Amino acid sequence: MLNYAVRRIFMACLLALFVSFISYSLIFAAGDPAAAVAGEASTAADAERIRQLYGFDQPILVQYLHWLSGVLRGDLGTSLYFDQPVATLLLGRFAMTAQLGIFALILALVIAVPLGVAAGRWPNSIIDRLALLFAVIGQAMPSFWFALLLIILFSVKLSILPASGTASWQSFIMPTIVLGYFAMPAIMRLTRSGMISALEADYIRTARAMGLSEARVLFDYALRNAALPIISLSSAQFGFLLAGSVVVESVFAIHGAGSLAWESIARGDLPTIQALVLCFSLFYVVLTLLADMLNAMLDPRMRSK
Amino acid sequence: MKNNGIKYKLAIGLLTFTALSHPAFAGKADDILNVAFGNEVETLDNYLATSREALSIARILYDGLVSKDFKSGQFVPELAETYKFNSDTQIDFKIRKGVKFHNGDTLTADDVVFTLNLVSRPDFPARYAIAVNWIDKAEKLDEDTVRLTMKAPYPMALEMLAGNVPIYSKAYYEQVGSQGMAVKPIGTGPYKLVELTPGVSVKLERFDDYYKGGQKENPQIGKINFRVLPELNTQYAELLNGNIDWIWRVPTDDVARLASRPGVKVESSPIMRFDYIAMDPHVPNSPLVDVRVRQAINYAINRKEIRDAFKGESYPIINSACNPVQFGCETDVTSYEYSPEKAKALLKEAGFEKGVNLSMVISEEGVAVAEAVKANLASVGINLKLNNLQYATATDQWRNHKQDLQYGDWGSYGIGDVGLSVGAYFAGTGDDVVNDPEITEPVIEASKTIDMDRRKALYSKALKLIADKAYWVPLWVWSMNTAMSGDLELTINPDEFIPFYDAKWK
Repeated sequence: MLNYAVRRIFMACLLALFVSFISYSLIFAAGDPAAAVAGEASTAADAERIRQLYGFDQPILVQYLHWLSGVLRGDLGTSLYFDQPVATLLLGRFAMTAQLGIFALILALVIAVPLGVAAGRWPNSIIDRLALLFAVIGQAMPSFWFALLLIILFSVKLSILPASGTASWQSFIMPTIVLGYFAMPAIMRLTRSGMISALEADYIRTARAMGLSEARVLFDYALRNAALPIISLSSAQFGFLLAGSVVVESVFAIHGAGSLAWESIARGDLPTIQALVLCFSLFYVVLTLLADMLNAMLDPRMRSK
Repeated sequence: MKNNGIKYKLAIGLLTFTALSHPAFAGKADDILNVAFGNEVETLDNYLATSREALSIARILYDGLVSKDFKSGQFVPELAETYKFNSDTQIDFKIRKGVKFHNGDTLTADDVVFTLNLVSRPDFPARYAIAVNWIDKAEKLDEDTVRLTMKAPYPMALEMLAGNVPIYSKAYYEQVGSQGMAVKPIGTGPYKLVELTPGVSVKLERFDDYYKGGQKENPQIGKINFRVLPELNTQYAELLNGNIDWIWRVPTDDVARLASRPGVKVESSPIMRFDYIAMDPHVPNSPLVDVRVRQAINYAINRKEIRDAFKGESYPIINSACNPVQFGCETDVTSYEYSPEKAKALLKEAGFEKGVNLSMVISEEGVAVAEAVKANLASVGINLKLNNLQYATATDQWRNHKQDLQYGDWGSYGIGDVGLSVGAYFAGTGDDVVNDPEITEPVIEASKTIDMDRRKALYSKALKLIADKAYWVPLWVWSMNTAMSGDLELTINPDEFIPFYDAKWK
């Protein structure tokens, strides 16, 4: 198990490095980062000066290795836009995004899993139909639109929730709902199908025949088996909630890592983009790893493999 | 019993509502002006900032040697009580006595000399070099006199010193550097920093030791909080809630909707920025090398109709490649009234009756207008391909002659002199895709000429040629829509900077 984990981590680090080099090259392929740093009212001469001052005129590989040697020494560099150390900038942004991501994932699991269990226990019943409707709406509704509807209702009409910012815990209610609802449908559908196939299995019949209570059958036996894919999916969803919550962050003015990544690309802020890409890819790697280990704990068959 | 249940539920519901509800941050009541910006405030080191948002905040944190009064068009004293031109390249400034920095230090001639010499160094990463690269050196003559020497006669020296060259504290800057100034700036301005979260918010409060004299001497509002709200609809919601008192860059489409809401007023103010379509005759094998094709494009675009549809009448149509309020903006130039017939005839004459393929680089904000232009051109046989690109990519392609046309806007750094519009695009620099010696010659000469009449004549010559040769399709001058709480008075300056020192409650 340990051997397996170490090998996975090593491969993952190589992958993260590869991703970061690709992203470095892509920024140069997409246009002139010096012009982006110089700003929208800058002249060609301004861009040229920035190019020399920040070394954008050197070969990409040389610049990349320079950046990489900084990272290996624990120095993520200085943001070209904010003129602040990237590390402190990212820490604040990730704290915000992670908070929102965790709330959203918890909300999604708390609602989607019981709903999926119920839908799977009584397939084609009214509960199943309603759950399906709920999932389809969640899948189909654009986040920004749902977010604006909530703002109009709770902030403008009723004046009970703040429309933007992160000043209080109330500020997180609407973003959590929007982001959580976005993550729900997939989890719900997967739980349902997992439950249906688990409930058809022989050991469930045995469990029932032994006179176990319905709750024990559902949650101790069926769900435990149906849970494996849910855990893998949730970890992927969480990665997405961290990196991909740009729209929700933008509407609710939550200044997280997603919107920082998005903005930094347009600004040609190379050190910030690189640090974000590195963090995001490491997150995904760690999350999948954690999910695999959790699965291994739940399922002895995976441990022996 | 049943009845009681409902009452109980209602009570719980109400309790939850009360617990959740938050007090509205009424601006006027607690004397806090809450401003929302769509763009992030990147740094408060004025010389490294590029956004109008950050630069507008910098203008109340710092002072320059002089400032410009937009009501009279004159330069008025700020940190310099008086100034005197010794020659075309030398100015002496008498520094005001008793001016305090926010940390309590007193401003001296050394601070002025230090700042001017620091920011004009070639290796100083000033984002807009144009603001400082004309300075050769600054010297201290005595305790309160500073002599500034230019590299060459520079007619816009005072324009640049007014707002674009704030004075820093030598001691403080040497201690914290640019990174310190970015988040903990110390200046002599009418407001001082309370708290800053990079890219999220900035909080300022009035500086009680601010000196009397200069335009900003009487700041009215006690505290100003800036928040970044990237989404316009969120800005509107917070404005209607009363959590935000002032927003800007409101699209014309939303003006009527906002203005109809109680407690909200909308203003539209003319600014220096204008829209234009530029043409590059130097793209390999470009039909634009033929002046008739460029003129045909000018004739084919129905500027009035497009303006009315997307911008409204507060955007005046222009015919020359500058804003008519700028010094030297010649308006008596060849103009091209909408005439698809003339356009077709010119194209035929040029041998393109079978049609022409051209590309135009645009930005996200320009899509609507560009689509209308495309339709106009299609009707005379020009097939325009629109390339909606991000700024860095767009600029790269345009400067390297990879696109035929460009739909852009230009704010001239808010400076009322064509030296920063015509001078930016027709002076043979990397931004001049046309590079026509007949035009670059007068433009370059004008940039070194101090005699205002002579400059005017030179620019007039250049602008007439630009129009005759149809290198641009000048479109319209902008108006900036701002929306604010009915209690507030705050009108932006024509230079597109926000005079927060002038804001007041009704």
